[in-house]
Amino acid sequence: MLVNNMKFLLNRQFRCCIQTTSVRLLSTAVGGYSPQFKDNFKGNYDVIIAGGGMVGCSLACAMAKNSLLSNLRVLLLEASPESYYQPKPEYSNRVVALNQNTKSLMTSLNVWKHVENVRLQPVRYMQVWDASSDVMISFSSADMMDDDVAYIVENDLMLHAINTELLAVNSNINIVYNAKIQSYQLPKEAYPSTQSIVKMDNGDTYTCQLLIGADGANSAVRKAMGVQYLSWSYDQMGVVATLDLAEECTNTTAWQRWLPTGPIALLPLDSKRSSLVWCTWQDNAKQLLKLPEDQFVDALNDALWKQYPRSSSVETCTSWLSAGLKQAGMADGAARQLPPSVRGVAPASRAAFPLAFGHSTRYIAPGVALIGDAAHRVHPLAGQGVNLGFGDVKDLTELLAEAVYSGLDVAHPNWMQKYESVRQRHNVPTQVMIEVLHRLYTVDFLPVVLARSLGLQIANALQPIKKLIMAQAAT
Amino acid sequence: MWSYKLSRSVLKGTRNNGIMKLVWCSTQPAPATSATRIAHSTIDTSDVELFSKQMKDWWNPDGPMALLHTFNLLRVPFVRDGLVNTSQKDLQPLKDKKILDVGCGGGILSEGLARLGADVTGIDASKDLIALAHEHRNVDPKIANNKPIYINCTVEDHAKTVANHYDAVVASEVIEHVNNQELFVKSCIHALKPGGRIFITTPNRTRMSQLFVIFLSENVFNFIPKGAHQYEKFITPNELTFILERNDCHVELSYGILYNPVARTWDFSQYQHLQYAIQAVKLS
Repeated sequence: MLVNNMKFLLNRQFRCCIQTTSVRLLSTAVGGYSPQFKDNFKGNYDVIIAGGGMVGCSLACAMAKNSLLSNLRVLLLEASPESYYQPKPEYSNRVVALNQNTKSLMTSLNVWKHVENVRLQPVRYMQVWDASSDVMISFSSADMMDDDVAYIVENDLMLHAINTELLAVNSNINIVYNAKIQSYQLPKEAYPSTQSIVKMDNGDTYTCQLLIGADGANSAVRKAMGVQYLSWSYDQMGVVATLDLAEECTNTTAWQRWLPTGPIALLPLDSKRSSLVWCTWQDNAKQLLKLPEDQFVDALNDALWKQYPRSSSVETCTSWLSAGLKQAGMADGAARQLPPSVRGVAPASRAAFPLAFGHSTRYIAPGVALIGDAAHRVHPLAGQGVNLGFGDVKDLTELLAEAVYSGLDVAHPNWMQKYESVRQRHNVPTQVMIEVLHRLYTVDFLPVVLARSLGLQIANALQPIKKLIMAQAAT
Repeated sequence: MWSYKLSRSVLKGTRNNGIMKLVWCSTQPAPATSATRIAHSTIDTSDVELFSKQMKDWWNPDGPMALLHTFNLLRVPFVRDGLVNTSQKDLQPLKDKKILDVGCGGGILSEGLARLGADVTGIDASKDLIALAHEHRNVDPKIANNKPIYINCTVEDHAKTVANHYDAVVASEVIEHVNNQELFVKSCIHALKPGGRIFITTPNRTRMSQLFVIFLSENVFNFIPKGAHQYEKFITPNELTFILERNDCHVELSYGILYNPVARTWDFSQYQHLQYAIQAVKLS
């Protein structure tokens, strides 16, 4: 048994082997674009944002709203066509959990009210428990001065809200949809010029002083920068779906259960519906997608309710600890809520996406900066991915505004270095914590199960530790 | 001032590269063999080329003047926040402020202030540096409508022509090089409007500054040219405060300044034993 477990553990480590990719710069621009582009030269901008996803658009919006940055000529390049959002009765299967920091950013940008006008669900209680033992940890809004723990918003609604505000501001921001970028030519050094050249598939050429890569995990800007990118696949997929609950309830609780295959989470949408994020091994995920609806619901309820085989030694230790905690007058984790059961799954709402880890060792190069998933990619188990990206937006806007207020160029290395260190100081520890959690919970090895169970119990009992976790997750 | 000496070493470098045969120095006559010298034109192309080469070095943020460029990141906001204090930030916070940059050298600080909208007048005793500064003011498009004015004179002479004129006088790393410090400060204050502010940065006179600013920077690490500073000429914050207050100024702020050679950044700190900055307001 032990040997088998060890083998499994080792196998996992090998499968998740680290791959570092380093792509060298193919070509570099030295002062000014060459004459051959001149025919299709479409303009010189202060800032070009490559990628009009949630993070890229909110950066454009934040720049338009900042009185110090609203004079900058900004171009936003988005690969997909302009989309028109129509609120539908059914929910989209892709949702994000937004933390307080993101809420305050979006409120300051006036975006939040557009979300509130349509729909969002606050999370006021969160319960995370382990299938391999009986322990749990809970986070409630009472722990954080009655603020909501998080907000569940659909991706397309969020993007729509940001775009509405972006288009409403009368600003110098140009948006090009259907923008297929062919290549980037980045400056080698910050002096004398940080001009980058962006060449499109249709021959159009743009130049800019500052290029922002907001083009997601497979960022072409990052590849052109030639920075080291540390990444590995989890060999897992996240299965998403919109679920109908068996009973109507207030439904402001986010549930997450750690199965030996990975976490399964139910995020509240409204009183009757929740959104599913079920992380599991790739083959299992593909099977889940193929199952008929009723069998999928059965598998889901199993995953939420089924008793997994437990080790008696872990049980003994955790019950000792919980008795000790109870005697000391601390939360022993016995009082818990029961998760809802699922009645059905919304038709055609099942989908799966691959999960991976990514970390760009540099977020900046002369005249270029990365934000969002282009710079960092995490497992969705903590619901942090997009919040880290919005944190990048907030810090980048503030530092750039400060630089402009001091009379510096938009691509001055000083503020860019500050941006990189401020963000990495926040993002890297968060990424490491998520990675450690993932590793801890995807093994069945007895000592690890014991350690994580006791650790979780203690974390749940000690308020200061809980506050630390929440503070890291909320900013 | 030491920047002037450094500029000389930069110039020497240029000459040794063999690009320029011309001796660029106002005190020495140029060799008559230079073809360009004989040409009947007011523009000397060799000079222009030399200028541009020198300008490249001077204005390269990673070049020999890197210390002054990074120092701008501290002193430009220092002057800005001393002059304007509003919550409503705008792009040209120093608009319509008349600022005198004493000992402007190649104009690094002058242009930094001009980018914030200020009407800057830069004065320097070195003819070469004023010429260099004057040449570069045309380069940056951001100051195209707001070019600094450069004058080759001393502050005593300048103060004779203007009185109660400037909103601010800035003397960054200058006072430790002048002979009559009281006269220097007096002249600066004379040019200042009542209610205007004077900003001074300079090394302190302590054993620490002797060790770091003179011994280590000049002799060991060669951050600055040898002999740029004399310990006896350094002035302590107390002495400088006395001079200022004796001349009808009120000292509002004084900060210590530290340089971090690893991160290559300047920071304000409590520790005034190495270098410090003083801000004072002219009372009447």
